[in-house]
Amino acid sequence: MGVMKRVSLVFKAKANKALDKMEDPRETLDYSYQRQLELLTKVRRGVADVATSRKRVELQMNQLQQSSNKLEDQARKALGMGREDLARAALERKASAQSQLNDLQVQYAQLQGEEEKLTVASQRLQSKVDAFRTRKETIKATYTAAEAQTRINEAFSGISEEMGDVGMAIQRAEDKTAQMQARAGAIDELMASGALDDAIGGRRDDIQSELDMMAASSDVERELSRLKGEITAGAPKQLEGGANGTSQATQSQPQSTQGAQDQGGPYAPPPPPSQALPAGIPVSDLPAAEPQDGEGS
Amino acid sequence: MIVRILGEGQFRVGDVAAELNRLDTELEAAVNHNDEAAFGAALDGLLAHVRAQGTPLPPDTLEPSDLILPAEDTSMDEVRKMLTGEGLIPG
Repeated sequence: MGVMKRVSLVFKAKANKALDKMEDPRETLDYSYQRQLELLTKVRRGVADVATSRKRVELQMNQLQQSSNKLEDQARKALGMGREDLARAALERKASAQSQLNDLQVQYAQLQGEEEKLTVASQRLQSKVDAFRTRKETIKATYTAAEAQTRINEAFSGISEEMGDVGMAIQRAEDKTAQMQARAGAIDELMASGALDDAIGGRRDDIQSELDMMAASSDVERELSRLKGEITAGAPKQLEGGANGTSQATQSQPQSTQGAQDQGGPYAPPPPPSQALPAGIPVSDLPAAEPQDGEGS
Repeated sequence: MIVRILGEGQFRVGDVAAELNRLDTELEAAVNHNDEAAFGAALDGLLAHVRAQGTPLPPDTLEPSDLILPAEDTSMDEVRKMLTGEGLIPG
């Protein structure tokens, strides 16, 4: 026996089993009608669930697209600053975002397909349920229990088959949706981890912070060379003072102290123990950054 | 004869039983030999044949089908489950 016949026998067996449970076949009509209405509600809820999943995938696709655009922009900026390594890192992430995006596009199409199928299934079931209700009333009004049997069986098998079909469609849609939700959750986690730059959250990713750091450090470099220029102007006197005598060193002292304070640098007043030291302590024991030998001797 | 394609609806087909049976035998052989490629080809052939030869039944008919075919994107595994009655909503 082929597959077609076996599948239809499985459907018929299900229908017969339900029919056999009823003593008065007319009871079957009302019972089945209730089940049909329940299934209609279920299939409509199924359509709504799939639509929700589809919208979530759509939102993620938008986020990934924005990330991808931003990463390309970062790559361009990084190249402009001569940082090919950083540009490469940004483009690698962009490729990852793009591959996720392509995957989501496939899923999106699948969910759209499921949504359409379920919508059509729900309309078809609605037509059959309407037809069944009409038939049910006719049978109940016109026939005795014995006479009704054949007609009930016909109507019942027809609707039962449709219900089996719709039930399977709902099951498949639920399975697909569950798969999508698992993937969508994984992508959310990926975005939250910062492996893909989350443009929507406005959180700064590490490529951006490195670009910012480079911009900031070029400011620092500029400041540094300005200060170096100032110090270089005063430096020869300092060196001479250190080597030749107390009077010149004392002369240069205010300038050197001033420079260190401007810079917010490592200048600090000599620690208390050194003030208590007797004169004649070796110059080399004093902090190297502060050639204050004049003070020491 | 009425043939249902799951997820698609019912079709009234004329005297095409011989061709349908031939394709159905291929489908069954594919399932038995666990041959996914042959299964896909046989199922596509069956569905195409029913769609081409059959006339769709109006949605408000309550006639049961003589034969039932799996939906076009059904996997072999799903067909196996179907044959054991798994996943069906009882009437």
